[in-house]
Amino acid sequence: MSTMTYREACKQAIRQCLLEEPRAFMMGEDIGDYGGCYGVTKGLLAEFGPGRIRDAPLAESGFVGAGVGAAMGGMRPIVEIMTCNFALLALDQLINNAATLRHMSGGKVGVPLVVRMATGGGRQLAAQHSHSFEGWFAHVPGLRILVPATVTDARHMLRTALREADPVLLFEHVFLYTMEGELDDTVKAVDIDKAAIRRPGKDLSILTSGNTVWKSLEAATALASDGIDVEVVDLRVLRPLDDETIMASVKKTHRVLVVDEGWRSGGISAELFARVCEQAFDELDAAPMRVCTAEVPIPYPKHLEDAALPQPATIAAAARQVLGRSGRMPRA
Amino acid sequence: MSADDATTLDPDDARRLYEQMVLIRRFEERCVELYGQGHIRGFMHLYDGQEAIAVGMCEALIPEDGIVATYREHGQALAKGVPPGEIMAELYGKQEGSSGGRGGSMHIFDTNRFFYGGNAIVAGGLPVAVGLALADKMLGRHRVTVCFFGEGAVAEGEFHESLNLASLWRLPVVFVCENNLYAMGSALHHDEAGTDVAARAKGYAMAAQQVDGMDLMAVLQAGRRAVNMARQGAPVLLEMRTYRFRAHSMFDAQSYRDKAEVERFKQRDPIPGFFRFAQGLGVLDDSDLDVIEGRVRRVVDDAVAFAAAGHFESVQTLLRGVVAERPAHLSTTGNGGVA
Repeated sequence: MSTMTYREACKQAIRQCLLEEPRAFMMGEDIGDYGGCYGVTKGLLAEFGPGRIRDAPLAESGFVGAGVGAAMGGMRPIVEIMTCNFALLALDQLINNAATLRHMSGGKVGVPLVVRMATGGGRQLAAQHSHSFEGWFAHVPGLRILVPATVTDARHMLRTALREADPVLLFEHVFLYTMEGELDDTVKAVDIDKAAIRRPGKDLSILTSGNTVWKSLEAATALASDGIDVEVVDLRVLRPLDDETIMASVKKTHRVLVVDEGWRSGGISAELFARVCEQAFDELDAAPMRVCTAEVPIPYPKHLEDAALPQPATIAAAARQVLGRSGRMPRA
Repeated sequence: MSADDATTLDPDDARRLYEQMVLIRRFEERCVELYGQGHIRGFMHLYDGQEAIAVGMCEALIPEDGIVATYREHGQALAKGVPPGEIMAELYGKQEGSSGGRGGSMHIFDTNRFFYGGNAIVAGGLPVAVGLALADKMLGRHRVTVCFFGEGAVAEGEFHESLNLASLWRLPVVFVCENNLYAMGSALHHDEAGTDVAARAKGYAMAAQQVDGMDLMAVLQAGRRAVNMARQGAPVLLEMRTYRFRAHSMFDAQSYRDKAEVERFKQRDPIPGFFRFAQGLGVLDDSDLDVIEGRVRRVVDDAVAFAAAGHFESVQTLLRGVVAERPAHLSTTGNGGVA
């Protein structure tokens, strides 16, 4: 085990990809001299040169589309978008092209494109830099949606993603970049199919991803002191969802709480509810609940931002509520 | 035929180029009939009047050069050598089609001919063309990507982003704007404060030229020059002044233009125009016409027969081809997420 920041893990992942794969290159805004808006690519320009650490103008649709074309042309682009909020400027290329071309061409054209972007709130960046769109992108067939929450996942997911034949979008939570964590040196590769159990438990399953994995673990610690044993499932892959791991957890605990930094209405939380109902309804001992971001653009002041986002205390309270519902739906 | 010489023409080249334009025209005339009979459905956009552009530009290319086109791409596909039968089967929605039937008229793909679609989002293909050219440059391939689009795309941000990127990075792209005067039903002056498309290149430090798109020889000359420049790393914008004789699509009453205007442009039809030019040079004559028409008729008949004999894909495979089949070693199991 060694200690590393999440930011450093992201950077080492990129380095490894560029060292191993001659067709890999990076493209994005201010990733060169500036070192990336969250400092992930600092130093890479000196190591790999401007051909492979390619600063792009402020033209998200243009350079994401160039990534699509370069991938079609045999390269392995890693495109960085500053935040997922700016990715909305590239929706045409991400959805109409990257996600669609393989099918539309009858399988003739593949787009092995990796796009990394920051997501999430908590740094008082207000309503155009703080939203979480990973659940939204998970709606689209043809895309694979990854949400690395741990240093180990940040270190290793990218490499697996770069070997995919189809587009992969990675969402790195802004709050996690400065997080120090243990890097498991024995891990040399991470799959991008399976959810991971971050804390095993028997009373309640929390299904979550990204920064709320850590908030959920904090809530679980608090609940443990009251004898409540929570299982925290880090979904890691929002598309395709790992139904197997999710349902196995539900069958073990019989209670579900979904925690999602996306908005509640029409979000991935609703999708998780639906799947649990479709696949494991009879296993439920209580109606599931969810803690999501309040249905408001993220406000700037800290107290309002904190109130808008899922927090350990609100997660713990919701968990108690789900457990308190036991008995309303007695098991036959 | 020499690159810049519009006064000499080899008889074989003249027949071949003329035949390609006639093939596009007759192929699409048959498409209209087949549409009326219900064999072809959905949106279908025809190229009548613009044939000289596809044929002239493709003549300027080597086989490995790439093309990114729009939803009005039957002409470019035929000119690039996509088999007519596969195009027609695609229009029929048959699995023998160039995109396995999944794409239809607007989404013809053929990677063997470096034909990268068939993009039905206006300007959506421009960044892709930039990326293909970037890959070529990074991999040291001396290919050129030709990106076709209509003048309606000039209003889209992706047009400007793409011209800038291509020029900034010195990429081998030729942007071919087929200015047929109407973006669906909107005249250029109705949508754009500045109607000189070629002039837009100046802002991106890119060479540009306005070309008579109804004149095959003019297209060929400008195309050869532009492709040569692009191959050296200097992208070019060509504004082809042209006109489509038919409606925008199969659902267009053409309330935005009057019939006299259409008739006026039909006087400049590139196919008889080229014939007269070649006839004047003594390299084509009336006796060639019947031979060429007969050959084209057989090609189109064969294409229709191929499409008609094709098969509709089973609904059992509906979900196929959204993502690649995953190799077994990537399909890991077990909990903990560690491969």
